[in-house]
Amino acid sequence: MRIVVLTKPVPDPAAAAERLGPDNRLDRAASPAVINGNDEYVLEAALKLVEAHGGEVVLLSMAPATGPETMRKGLAMGAHRGVHVTDPALAGSDAWTTARVLAAALGEMEYDLVLAGFDTSDGTAGVVGAGVATLLKLPYLSSAAQIEPDPKAGTVRVRRISATGFDVLEAPMPALIVGTQLLGEPRYPSLKGIMGARSKEIATRSIADLGLDATGVGIAASRTEVASKRTPPQRGDAIVVRGSAEEAATAIVDLLTERRLL
Amino acid sequence: MAGIWVVADTNADGSLARIGAEVATLARTLAKAASADATGIVVGADPTGAATELATYLPRVIAVTDAAAADHAWAAIAAQRAAEVIDATGPTLVLTGAGPDGRDVAGTLMALLDGGVLVNATGVKWDGGEIVEMSVFGGRLVTTSHFVEGTAVRIITLRPNVVTAEAGASPGRVEGVTPKGELTLPAVKVVDRIEEASAAAPIEEARVIVAGGRGVGGTEGFELVGQIAEALGGAVGATRAAVDSGWIPYAQQIGQTGKIVKPRLYLALGISGAIQHKVGMQTAETVIAVNRDPDAPIADFADMIVIGDLFEVGKALLAQLKAKSG
Ligand SMILES: Cc1cc2nc3c(=O)[nH]c(=O)nc-3n(C[C@H](O)[C@H](O)[C@H](O)COP(=O)(O)OP(=O)(O)OC[C@H]3O[C@@H](n4cnc5c(N)ncnc54)[C@H](O)[C@@H]3O)c2cc1C
Ligand SMILES: Nc1ncnc2c1ncn2[C@@H]1O[C@H](COP(=O)(O)O)[C@@H](O)[C@H]1O
Repeated sequence: MRIVVLTKPVPDPAAAAERLGPDNRLDRAASPAVINGNDEYVLEAALKLVEAHGGEVVLLSMAPATGPETMRKGLAMGAHRGVHVTDPALAGSDAWTTARVLAAALGEMEYDLVLAGFDTSDGTAGVVGAGVATLLKLPYLSSAAQIEPDPKAGTVRVRRISATGFDVLEAPMPALIVGTQLLGEPRYPSLKGIMGARSKEIATRSIADLGLDATGVGIAASRTEVASKRTPPQRGDAIVVRGSAEEAATAIVDLLTERRLL
Repeated sequence: MAGIWVVADTNADGSLARIGAEVATLARTLAKAASADATGIVVGADPTGAATELATYLPRVIAVTDAAAADHAWAAIAAQRAAEVIDATGPTLVLTGAGPDGRDVAGTLMALLDGGVLVNATGVKWDGGEIVEMSVFGGRLVTTSHFVEGTAVRIITLRPNVVTAEAGASPGRVEGVTPKGELTLPAVKVVDRIEEASAAAPIEEARVIVAGGRGVGGTEGFELVGQIAEALGGAVGATRAAVDSGWIPYAQQIGQTGKIVKPRLYLALGISGAIQHKVGMQTAETVIAVNRDPDAPIADFADMIVIGDLFEVGKALLAQLKAKSG
């Protein structure tokens, strides 16, 4: 099994320091970067599949020059190598440009499955996977809670979360799958993994390498623009209730009554 | 604006999803402000029911019958059929819901129609052009965005509960359409549909949500959460920590990778208030948290924080609620 995992470096949500710069674009220097949390779930699933069926997990990131630092964590978790698409012209890319660049990069790779995360914490679009699948005309299986390939038959089954339970989807490989947290908790890199990651290969590709034109990517091609930003009104300071359970319950009931919630 | 189009979300039984009605209501409002036509699109093996429902909100609805939708993944088919119908000769707005199906439709349409996308809108207005409001960075910032000039197809997904569905003055007309050509994207087979028997009430539409986190400690703790929810006439929600522990199904999860809810009352028991949870519930009208840690982050976005043990406070609250209702 050859599995490509799309991983995006994002500002660490735990630092809660994300901000827009004066140009209303994400200020990537403001926060330390981490692998997008939802991408770790699909990476975990990819690692388990390769453990079971053999093969290779390749990380594919379109990211600024600092991308490899973040990709090392994915390599430390167990991915075999990385492909880093980077180019000054890519700054300011929107979801559609990102999908086109990733599709171009996949065009020169070999794979049975491409896995993408549910969405990103800095963009939360959740549309890049569908865009890539459409461009490459790959079967698209989304909201995956479970991934079961049958390498002999060349097919893959996915349990897709539905409003009332699950749909079981089946498609021939290669296919693109968007996963969810139900795939299972991502592993922590072991010390050995961290040491080993240092010597793993991360290949660099520019947009020229991919045969793309600088005017078709980045800010130049972005379709959307932030016009204004504001801090939302804060809830006033919380009423703090201490005391016995009985007193606390009374305080809650009083607030519910006052706000006509009973 | 050449036109405003709605790709409607439907339920498993073929009826119009609530978010579909909300998106349609928004489209009608925008069409009026922009002096444009609003048209709904329903794609399904049997789209008539949902299309008729959608026509209570929109002047014109196109019902595309595609038998493949019965046993194949819906979104790729819906997007392709919608792309055939949408007239994108000038600037065109395409609206759909921000749920899992809507985002699949949006991503596929983006690639099929070479369009721009703005997702998870918390409001869309019209003032000479679209003004799309979004909540970003875990709710720390609200932005407004628009599409740059020259963008023909402008796709927007709308969050649930930001628009109240309202029928139009008179029902619109439904036009039945048979698909024009072969599907060019691979259709993904649905080999089985598994219904998960979930006793829990759905949280998306709940007026009151009582949510439990890791502090609830197990399925037994969630029984108490359920009893309080029942006493308040609400539904049970949960954090990812509680879902991952297997105490409650994923369908009840609130947050970035779960549902986005907007109840009148959100009672959080044993929930710390992580950013990924906050994004799912921060627009609740009243937030009350019970937590034994006075420094839990949820204190920063609650109206009331009760410092104490959730079991003790929960039982006392349940007793008082029961006493009140007699
Ligand atoms: C990519 C990604 C996506 C995520 N998506 C989501 C999401 O959609 N939804 C979500 O909820 N989380 C999500 N998370 C997880 C999130 O970061 C937190 O880990 C999670 O919300 C914590 O859940 P919790 O508050 O139940 O648990 P904890 O953070 O462990 O908090 C438990 C709280 O309970 C209190 N407590 C314990 N016992 C008692 C008691 N007896 N009485 C009173 N108080 C008590 C503690 O003081 C503590 O504050 C996501 C994380 C990632 C990385
Ligand atoms: N720049 C990127 N590099 C690699 N993968 C990406 C990138 N942007 C998005 N993705 C993938 O697409 C998924 C959805 O992203 P988004 O549509 O931006 O929310 C992510 O979880 C990643 O798997």
